[in-house]
Amino acid sequence: MTISSLIKYLIDLLAVLLLALGIKGLSKVRSARYANRLAAVAMALSVVGVLVNSLGDKGIPITAWTWIIFGTVLGGSLGMITAQRVPMTAMPETVALFNGCGGMSSLLVAIGVALFPINDGFGGLNNDLIGILSIVVSIFVGAITFSGSLVAMAKLQGWLSTPTWMQNKLRHVFNIAFAALSLVAAIELIRGGEAGLWLLVISSSLLGIGVTLAIGGADMPVVISLLNSYSGVAAAAAGFVVGSQLLIVAGAMVGAAGLILTQVMCNGMNRSLTSVLFGGALGAGSVADSGGEYINITSCSVEECALTLEAAERVVVVPGYGLAVAQAQHTLREVTRALETSGIKVCYAIHPVAGRMPGHMNVLLAEADVPYEQLLEMDVINPEFPAVDVVLVLGANDVVNPQAKNDSSSPLYGMPVLDVQEAQTVFVVKRGMSAGYSGIKNDLFEMTNTSMVFGDAKKVLGDLLVELKELGVGKKG
Amino acid sequence: MNFLSEALWVLLLGSLLGLELIGKVPPTLHTPLMSGANAISGITMLAALTLIIKAGSNTTLLIMASISLGFALFNVIGGFLVTDRMLAMFSRKPSRNKENR
Repeated sequence: MTISSLIKYLIDLLAVLLLALGIKGLSKVRSARYANRLAAVAMALSVVGVLVNSLGDKGIPITAWTWIIFGTVLGGSLGMITAQRVPMTAMPETVALFNGCGGMSSLLVAIGVALFPINDGFGGLNNDLIGILSIVVSIFVGAITFSGSLVAMAKLQGWLSTPTWMQNKLRHVFNIAFAALSLVAAIELIRGGEAGLWLLVISSSLLGIGVTLAIGGADMPVVISLLNSYSGVAAAAAGFVVGSQLLIVAGAMVGAAGLILTQVMCNGMNRSLTSVLFGGALGAGSVADSGGEYINITSCSVEECALTLEAAERVVVVPGYGLAVAQAQHTLREVTRALETSGIKVCYAIHPVAGRMPGHMNVLLAEADVPYEQLLEMDVINPEFPAVDVVLVLGANDVVNPQAKNDSSSPLYGMPVLDVQEAQTVFVVKRGMSAGYSGIKNDLFEMTNTSMVFGDAKKVLGDLLVELKELGVGKKG
Repeated sequence: MNFLSEALWVLLLGSLLGLELIGKVPPTLHTPLMSGANAISGITMLAALTLIIKAGSNTTLLIMASISLGFALFNVIGGFLVTDRMLAMFSRKPSRNKENR
């Protein structure tokens, strides 16, 4: 063992240790930020390891350096710009985009090795069955990750919606056909046919699109988490392709951890992974019969809302995706500050899947300086709703639908919800009477203690702030 | 065969480690954890890097591997920075509150 390969060996061991500690630390609030940096350091170290090893082995030619720098500058600067520019509201889409690119990278490595076999080094296995198999897995999983993530991103951005024919059971036939085609292509590739390579790329990309396109927006976080797990698998497969144990460990770790996280998220939504993947869009196709017209809606003005708030002692805010879209978290913070200064107790009820991704609301409210202790999880706040004077629902819908508890025929039945109807008064701030993400009618809106305040969340909150100030709320003494 | 048998052990143990690493995750951290793990999955940059170094004078392969490296680094750098941005919002909260009181 030469010195350089020894150094690489030690660096790899250290990197694995740091990555494991990083993932572990990321699951605890206190250590999360530190853990993230630890993982980043481990990644940087691993690059140094590869470079040192190659320098000590045969050296790195100038042309290679040129292309290394080209790729690094291109990807690195784009990554930096994206990470800084992207608004907090678009976080789920961004994670999907990054994830897709990781899958693309594994895909390209596998295609490269398949087209131009390099006999030097790679564990000497790229010509035998295992070598080809790892290329097949890398291409298959990499392509699914890439196309699936892009579809997920487009759906979250609202660029794509589920086409009606996709809600049909027929889509299963298409997906099975794509899967079968991938299998045929894989066998052809193993037998040595180059046509199999491109067929595999195309059919597995289509499979990724086919599977993701049918999944409803509310389930998207779970899908992204699952695709994240896939990109770990793709990385591990790429590790087999180029003969790197570090890649295999890291990929396997991310793959397995991603699977656990997916499971945790499913539990939070009371959905099983199979129903997310194969059940299709939640409530899709049954919108007409579960929807129906709203009758007995009480709407009220911002003044009335302000008067009720002023008289309240305890207020709970239920934020939802509407708040995120309207970018109203800062205005909301001003309103709650005014209420707090007047001695009104304010807290926030966070449904596990409020927004478009678990933790989405926590991130948004944290950005607006909301104290961490005021964010209450569903299980904590639910028993307390009867003692609450006013609930302010801001752009949330399905997560406060009492149907999930009362109506066993509802597609939402069984999903844990916030029992806001138990409170004295409920104000629902909403742009219009449109249905929530699931497309299901919300019984809450018709209840006698519920009043609708129509308008964009940011505008309503701004007006509310003005009204409250006029009432003298927010002044000390 | 030597690398293969070792690699399979590594795969098995790595997967088991990953299964054990995260047990209970508070909902607050779901998004950051996903984003952080996602950044780590960009470790394929090492595969791309190795490919560039070993490509020799094959320009097509060099270009492909370089683009692959770009994609992976976009994933890694963007992923870590975005995660840090999210987590920065949580970590500065408690201290500021105490100052206010």
